Order: sequence, then structure tokens, then C-alpha cells
Amino acid sequence: MRAHSKAVPLRSPALITLVFAVLLSRTATLTYSQEILKPLSLDQVGPGIYVHAGEIALMNEANEGAIANIGFVIGDEGVAVIDTGGSVREARRLVQAISQVTNKPVLYVINTHAHPDHVFGNVAFPPPAVFVGSHNLPRDVMERGPYYLNSFRPAMGALLDEVKIVPPTMIVDSQLQLDLGHRVLSLRAWRASHSDSDLTIFDEATGILFAGDLVFLRHIPVLDGSIRGWLTTIDELAKLPAKSVVPGHGPPSAPWPAALDPERQYLERLQSDCRDLIKRGVPIAAASQLAAASEKSHWELFAEYNARNATAAFSELEWE
Amino acid sequence: MTHAGSETRRRSMIGMCARAATAAALAITMSWSTAQSARSAEADDSWREIANNVFNGRQLADGSQLITLEMPERAEDAAVVPVTMRANLPPGDTRTLRSLTLVIDENPSPVAATFNVGPSVTMISTRVRVNSYTKVHAVAELSDDQLYVAEIYVKASGGCSAPMASNVEEAAARLGQIRFRQFTKNSAALATAPREAQIMIHHPNNSGLQRDQVSLLYIPLFIVRQLRLWQGDQLILEMDGGISISENPNIRFSYLPNGASMFRAEAVDTEGHVFRGEWPVEPTM
Repeated sequence: MRAHSKAVPLRSPALITLVFAVLLSRTATLTYSQEILKPLSLDQVGPGIYVHAGEIALMNEANEGAIANIGFVIGDEGVAVIDTGGSVREARRLVQAISQVTNKPVLYVINTHAHPDHVFGNVAFPPPAVFVGSHNLPRDVMERGPYYLNSFRPAMGALLDEVKIVPPTMIVDSQLQLDLGHRVLSLRAWRASHSDSDLTIFDEATGILFAGDLVFLRHIPVLDGSIRGWLTTIDELAKLPAKSVVPGHGPPSAPWPAALDPERQYLERLQSDCRDLIKRGVPIAAASQLAAASEKSHWELFAEYNARNATAAFSELEWE
Repeated sequence: MTHAGSETRRRSMIGMCARAATAAALAITMSWSTAQSARSAEADDSWREIANNVFNGRQLADGSQLITLEMPERAEDAAVVPVTMRANLPPGDTRTLRSLTLVIDENPSPVAATFNVGPSVTMISTRVRVNSYTKVHAVAELSDDQLYVAEIYVKASGGCSAPMASNVEEAAARLGQIRFRQFTKNSAALATAPREAQIMIHHPNNSGLQRDQVSLLYIPLFIVRQLRLWQGDQLILEMDGGISISENPNIRFSYLPNGASMFRAEAVDTEGHVFRGEWPVEPTM
């Protein structure tokens, strides 16, 4: 910078201003993209529909929190992003990936629920993108966001520095349609199921359903809402005229409604085991080690989540 | 293990109002994390400070032989972490348990609850919220005024586990329902043998903490403040609860039958609602 000033004699205030403006903009550019981010890998699951398949893992620094399936849908007018991933870095890599496929603007960012692996990248999408979510999502992200930022700090480190909690401003009370330009997405908010802010996105043109974490494959289902609600929701989901589904965790695309079968089996087993343990008067701590134990071989991350699921299911079902 | 008869349930509510449900739904708390960052002190310092405040500087003897404190090493569901406290007085020790105080050192409000108990109660199980990696202490007061402390370390779980309610609508709809269950371990047990029972009350127990770093530790908004249970005329269990008690407070305890024919319970929350129930004593067989 010094060499530059010496080489160019600065005579007029206008010129000084111009030089500073150039320097400032260069500095800003360098700060924003100190490294060139590699675009996220994408699977095209339908015409104009792309998904990045997350790793089946817990969020950590190495995987950049990229453990959920996130994606986007392109219409004539613009793009709807569906979930933003577990870090701003992951979301920026999604932005890179989108820009390789289309020049159209991101009009909407839809969050399928409040969990960190789905919302921590929100801040990477500036206005005019409008954030969309279920009626419970504002409460959930505001209440849980600070807790998640704190509790994921050991696993995610400095990756969380940029994360900001961005609540939705467009709210889905029960159903809502978004027109991306000759492409209509039907959004639907559900009762407490996987979580209490679950939202699905159905692309009317292709019959592709983004199920968020209402559908798990390979990755053990995680219960953070209501086991009875989730099983009821599964029955209703099965009636949707979808051709394929993008699960929240698992492969980027799976056949419909067969994709519901494994998690239904798991949740029904968990429910019936818990009911039996409650009836027998087994205390919750012991019950959490017993319920759904027979499902172990069918799921990844079973040890990480099954006891938690059993605890949540037990404390719900003992009030039946 | 057999289940002792059918569950009985009765509820009555005094002073219920729509405002309660609204408060439960709106009580957004940001402070489960902010409080923790404010508590930057070393764990040992946390405990020393808490112990001094709660027990007015009284001497706490090593209770590792007298008190069993059981919690899972990892808090699987941060909102519902089972904890069991037992007093194990040696044969010949004529003292009885008077109270058990449960302290979760790194929680926003560390004192989870104090349980004052009747002379026949030796075990209390409940469920608590655990905010982060923390030491947990159980302090027993015996009938000779002596205090004993036991300690355990608990790791908070990762994942999407969070210490707040996951189904707020359900919580508001069933506010104040009380259930009582009586267990027996042996169908041939004598009528005077120790038994276990469980009392549970449907209540969001929402911490309602404000973001005020100074006052948030001690100002709850909407929780079960006190729960009392009588066996006949004898008070056998009294919980003075804090915000670390899980949604739908749930207490399982041991006791000796005293010949009474009824149990009676009364709970009061921080908005002044009173919830009551009573249940016949079930035979052991």
C-alpha cells in the first residue's frame, strides 16, 4: 500500500477519494472471500431441483456441520433454498453451488425446523431473500438458538463465530403456496412430530417432497417433538401424491412412500416398548437403556440417539 | 416386578385462568446459554459459592458413604435427565433423613429443588434439565441437623437435545393434571414393607428467565413452586422446586405404609394456581 501511494502522486481530493475507495473495496473483497470456497457437491434429484446430501454424522469442525440434506428449487423468477446447513461456511458453499447452476436470485429461504444443522447457515442469504418457516419456528429458533450456539461450540469451534439466529418473517400457519415463476411449492406445517416446528415442501410440478427431518433414512430418527404426533404425521404423509422424497438425513432422494417404512418401524417399536416398560413400573433411567434395543442393527448413530429418544418417548407416553 | 394395581387419577384446579396458558406459550427464554457464559468461574468456585449461599455457611460433611447420587454419565436428553438420591444410613444409626437438596452447579439457577421428607422416606428420584457439563451435588440433612454432601459429574449431550419443552401446545392444554402411582416389588410383600410411589403433575415448568444477568438466577416465571403429599395426615414429601426441574415434574420415592387409607397431594405454581388430588392406598397384593 505504501509503495502504491508513492508511485501515484496524490494531488486532488477527488483522486484521493477515488484511490481510497478502490483500496477499501479491495480490502473488503479480500476479507469476505479470504479463501475461495469449494462449492458443495450436488445431486440433481429432479428438473431444477438439487440436493447436497449431508454426511451421516454428528456436527463437527471437520464436516463443517454439513450433516443434513439441504437443497434448492429453481423457478422462472428465482430460487427457493430449503435449509441452510450447520454453519455459515456450509451455506456459503451452497451459494457457490447455486451460482454454478443458475444466475437467478434466491427469493426464499425455507427452514424445515429449528435444529442447528438446518438453520445455522441462514445468515449467508442476504435480502431480498425472505425467510419462511412454520408458526412455531420463530419461538423455537429464538429460544433454542442461543443454547445451540453454546452447546455446539466445543464441536464446531470458530465455525460458529459467524452464525446468527435468523427467524422467519413469512409464517406458515398450516399451508402456504410459493410461486417461483411457473413453479409452485406447497408448504405445510405439521403438529409436533420430529420437532414442534416441522414443515414440508412439495414441488407440484415434479411430485418431489422435501420432508425435512420428518423422514430419516440410515440415520436413526431423532425424537424432539412427539412420538404419537410423528406416527400420526407419517400416516398422513403417506397419503401425499409424491413420487420421491428428499429426507432430512440419508440419501438425497428415495422412493415414496416406501421411504417412510424404516422409521415407522423404529418409532412403533420405541412406542410399544416404552408403553410396556411404563406398565411394568420400570423407572425411566432403566427404560431408556431397554426401549427399541432390537432396532440397533438397522440404524447409524444408534448409540448417540436411542437412549435420548427413549427418554423423550417415555416421558410423553407415561401421560397417556 | 409386578405392577401394583391400576393407576388412579384425580385433579382439581383452583384459580385456573386462560392467562396461564398464554404465559406458558409465550415464556421465551434466551438465558439457558447466556446465564452459563456469565458463570465463568471454575466449577469448584461455583460450588463453594452456592453451598455458602444455600446453606448459610454451615459445615457440609463428606456424604459419599451415606448418600447415593445416581445420574447418567451423559445427559441423553438435556430436558429430561433422571436423577436418584438415596440415604443409606448404616444399621444402628437411629437418625432419619429430613431433607435432600439437589444442586446442578452450572445451571442458570443451580438449586433444582429441596425435598423435605417424612421419616420413612429414604429415596427420591426425579428428572432435571442439564444445561452444560456440570457437577451435581446432593445435600442431605439428617434429623440431628447434620449436612452431608455427595457429588457427581454429568456431561450434557450434543445433538439437538435442548433443556426446553418440545411440545408447548400439549403442555398448555393439560396444565395441572396430577397422577399418582403405587408400585410394589413383590406381590407377597408385607403391608409394612417399604414401597415406592410416583407423583407427576402436568406443568410446563417454564423457567421464564429474563436476560437480566443479575436477577435471572433467582426469578422464575411459571413453575411448580411447591408440591406436597400426605399419607393420611402425615406429610411425607414436600418439594420446593426451581426451574431446573423438568417439564411435568415427576417424583418417585420410597416410603413405609403408615396404615392410612388415603394419599392426598397439593401443588402450587408461581402464578398461584393450586392443584389437588387424592387417591386410596392400594393393597400390596
